[in-house]
Amino acid sequence: MEISKELAIKLLKQMMEIRQFEDMIMELLAKNIAEGGSHLYAGMEAVAVGAISVIRPDDYITSTHRGHGHAIAKDGDLKALMAEILGKKTGVCKGKGGSLHLADLSKGNLGANGIVGGGLGIATGAGLSIKLQKQNKVVLCFFGDGATNNGIFFECLNMASLWKLPVVYICENNKYAMSVSVERSHAVKDITKKAIAFDIPAENVDGQDVIAVREVVGKWVNYAREGKGPSFIVANTYRYYGHSRSDPRVYRTREEEKFWKERDPIILFANRMKQEGILSQEEIDSIEEEVRKEVEEAVDFAIKSPYPEPEELYTDLYI
Amino acid sequence: MRTITYRQALNEALDEEMARDSRVFLFGEDIAIYGGAYGVTAGLWQKYGEERVIDTPISENAIVGTALGAALTGLRPVAEIMYIDFIGLCMDQLNNQVAKIRYMFGGKCTVPLVIRTEGGAGRTLGAHHSQSLEAWLIHIPGIKVVMPATPYDAKGLLKSSIRDDNPIVFIEHKMLYNTKGEVPEEEYLVPIGVADIKREGKDITIVTYSRMLLFSLQAAEILEKEGISVEVIDLRTLLPMDIETVVKSVKKTNKVVIVEEDCKTGGVGAEIGMQIVENAFDYLDSPIVRVAGADVPMPKSPVLEKLAIPDVDRICSVIRNMLK
Repeated sequence: MEISKELAIKLLKQMMEIRQFEDMIMELLAKNIAEGGSHLYAGMEAVAVGAISVIRPDDYITSTHRGHGHAIAKDGDLKALMAEILGKKTGVCKGKGGSLHLADLSKGNLGANGIVGGGLGIATGAGLSIKLQKQNKVVLCFFGDGATNNGIFFECLNMASLWKLPVVYICENNKYAMSVSVERSHAVKDITKKAIAFDIPAENVDGQDVIAVREVVGKWVNYAREGKGPSFIVANTYRYYGHSRSDPRVYRTREEEKFWKERDPIILFANRMKQEGILSQEEIDSIEEEVRKEVEEAVDFAIKSPYPEPEELYTDLYI
Repeated sequence: MRTITYRQALNEALDEEMARDSRVFLFGEDIAIYGGAYGVTAGLWQKYGEERVIDTPISENAIVGTALGAALTGLRPVAEIMYIDFIGLCMDQLNNQVAKIRYMFGGKCTVPLVIRTEGGAGRTLGAHHSQSLEAWLIHIPGIKVVMPATPYDAKGLLKSSIRDDNPIVFIEHKMLYNTKGEVPEEEYLVPIGVADIKREGKDITIVTYSRMLLFSLQAAEILEKEGISVEVIDLRTLLPMDIETVVKSVKKTNKVVIVEEDCKTGGVGAEIGMQIVENAFDYLDSPIVRVAGADVPMPKSPVLEKLAIPDVDRICSVIRNMLK
């Protein structure tokens, strides 16, 4: 697939935005500026960025408890996202959602979710809605390896296949459901096999390779748009940080972490763009610098933003 | 005025709202060809086709989850959970997603979703098909809980529920489907969140809802002959609860009996009673009394089943004792 310079810049920039955003949150957590939990997407950037880069602004996504990356890739505003994570009034959900519930329906982001597998029903329903309204949209449904052991996963895959819904189910297999590895929790290690029972086409993709993700997701998005039904992709990837900030990562080795960091999605893509003569090192450095400024501005905005007024406690519950 | 059944009233509400708004569709188990386990959706599949009356797999969690997804993206689903006993299977979607999503997202979405279900004892179906679980639901901010007792209210409240932009759990009662009542030919709505005084009285107030309204009215009729004047309030909506109408009545009668079919402990009556205490304690002449379901799984035996829920005799004797 030909990569234009414009596209290369967009992909690289978004991946860097996610990485720096997440690194920054880790810093804010350490300084107690950010409170509560936060599940960071660092290491997995190529999946969200590659997948979402092939859909349209009016297409939908559903996200996960590790949802910052999806929100940024779905045209999320860094300032409003950072403010939300700090519980500020200017946040994308007015400070009522937080890290686990980043959503922006105006951009087709039907939300991150604090319940593992929580987005599967919403995504499948959005697919049904598209079909019943005879629209040409698609849904990308992101979830983790752990969610494929949850009952609603099976209920939704059955419905989606039965009714040929335009949903691309994307399992981000980062090897661990919190601390329990795929080996220790899945009877079937190749997760794509779970889709076979529902007659849904499925394939694995290298989740560290943003171009590979684009190609595979692009193919199945077209399939969905043509009305042929759902598909199932397992993007094999790795999260750099622990499950959440309190995680000492005792269930995995430092060697394993090193192995994956040597396959860093941002470095892999930057090197490839340099080799192919699409981007120069100077251009890459300048994108990184630009992102650094944006993330700093987002943090500054979030910290300076006010918290919601007490009256906000009871607003937005009912219409 | 013409008289129709509760079932027919519900069917008319669905039919009229589907005709009025093409975004409304029905979604659930055995609702299309079969017409619903209790026949409420009969004829609608034939009339509106399979894209608007959709038979689903037995997947309660995904029924509610996908209905939510459809509600967030431009449609107005009316999902059916065949028995309220099955609501445990979809409680995650209902509690964690449906009820909370608007608030969590800072009010930037609406969830125009109705979940129709039915509950209650009376058909000797045993513990898995006879429960009254409404108390679980009123503990969930973000949804509304509607429980009509008469054909008139069933139709008017279902129409209002379908037009409401909030998620609503609409709980019918299996023993009411064949009951009849006056329902006008012309269109009308019944507002959500407004109780109705079904019988005026001055000596004592019964607060009740759903099938227990019928028992309460029968009790009031009997007691009238004994010189006891009973006011009967039908809550109709449990969440939000119209406590003002209740308080107004308590200020007049100074005595309250709550008649509820659900298990007594942690039941809806506990909430009603506490709200009366908070709002009208000084007007009470005697302790609030609950006539409620027994704290047991619903037994199969018709004899035991009858004992497990309130009946007219119990309501009468409780009130006679209170007025001694």
